[in-house]
Amino acid sequence: MNARFAAGDRVRVREWYPPGHVRTPYYVRGKRGQIERICGTFNNPEHLAYNRPDDPRVLYRVRFTQTEVWGRAEHPSDTIDIEIYEHWLEPET
Amino acid sequence: MSDDHDHPHHPEHHLASTYHEKLTAAVIELLTEKQLLSPEKLTAAIDIMDTRGPNLGAKVVARAWTDPEFKKRLLADGSKACAELGIDVGSLKLVVVENTPQAHNVIVCTLCSCYPKMLLGIPPAWYKSKAYRARTAREPRKVLHEFGLDVDDKVAVRVHDSTADMRYLVLPMRPAGTEGWSEEKLADLVTRDSMIGVAQANEPMAV
Amino acid sequence: MHDLGGLPGSTIDRTEHQNDFWEQRVDALMRALGTLDPPLVRTDELRRAIEGIGAEAYDSMSYYERWISAITEVLLERGVISVNELSAKIAEIEEREAD
Repeated sequence: MNARFAAGDRVRVREWYPPGHVRTPYYVRGKRGQIERICGTFNNPEHLAYNRPDDPRVLYRVRFTQTEVWGRAEHPSDTIDIEIYEHWLEPET
Repeated sequence: MSDDHDHPHHPEHHLASTYHEKLTAAVIELLTEKQLLSPEKLTAAIDIMDTRGPNLGAKVVARAWTDPEFKKRLLADGSKACAELGIDVGSLKLVVVENTPQAHNVIVCTLCSCYPKMLLGIPPAWYKSKAYRARTAREPRKVLHEFGLDVDDKVAVRVHDSTADMRYLVLPMRPAGTEGWSEEKLADLVTRDSMIGVAQANEPMAV
Repeated sequence: MHDLGGLPGSTIDRTEHQNDFWEQRVDALMRALGTLDPPLVRTDELRRAIEGIGAEAYDSMSYYERWISAITEVLLERGVISVNELSAKIAEIEEREAD
């Protein structure tokens, strides 16, 4: 598996708004987080949703602070982990 | 109505079934007629949910509480560890997240309502509700408070949004006063809600 | 309108209830279709079809009503069943029920 990122890497979610089926929630687009783990390689749901041929992509769990996502959080240590596909991520800087 | 369980290709003998009930029957009958779906396969899929439920998750939790090496394997690869206990979760990719004195975990699927069905069975209606899906991502402590759980200031709340292929199980903390308990007795303390993260496991006195 | 994370929400209704039998059938149907090789309806297709239902329908339909509508839509799209077959079958079912 050719994973672009490793656990611990700091990443930013792209600010894309493509049409069709996506599994990257609005609330993390453009936000910065840290790779919590590599989940493995899976078929791109954006393709599967239209029964298109296999398009394997690396999937990560990315951890965000709630403060980063919402601007304010119930508690500064709170976090939210989301599974995001590699093509949605870029290095933080 | 209940004997359709054995004959899934016959429609329910309801008076005035709703449009969606008729649609369901129609789709199933058409697929069966086209031999794309066998009645046996459908019945098996209905029946298998009878064998899945929180008691399976509780068994996994109780083993993790009593066997530190199993717990390590569970946290590394949830599905594989379940298989060790004879629990076949099919294609489910299970990630187990551990509650500790420093962190409390809670699971949500904001985009739809993904849930580890092949382990825990069908999710409760509230888990699939718009209110739970919307609010848990942003105000988990408030949601937990509504469920009767107040998370201490010294503890971080970690929300897990099941957005892709993984499914989640919370490993609740083992309650105090359970030293020397058997796995069966420990499993009785583990509730569905504690494995979703909206509750702790039951205290010994509550049983 | 399915992408709900962070949107405002009401108090969570924690009433528990068993799914009706037809709902259990829909759930089983989706699992059965998903395990065929290749799947007749993929989880991702189901989700995409539910998302495309439209805000009003999404809000007014119950969980499994959305599921069976979406499953039907995907099967129609894929040409597995036709609109005519479906109408005919529903009419047949209604006739049976009238007896």
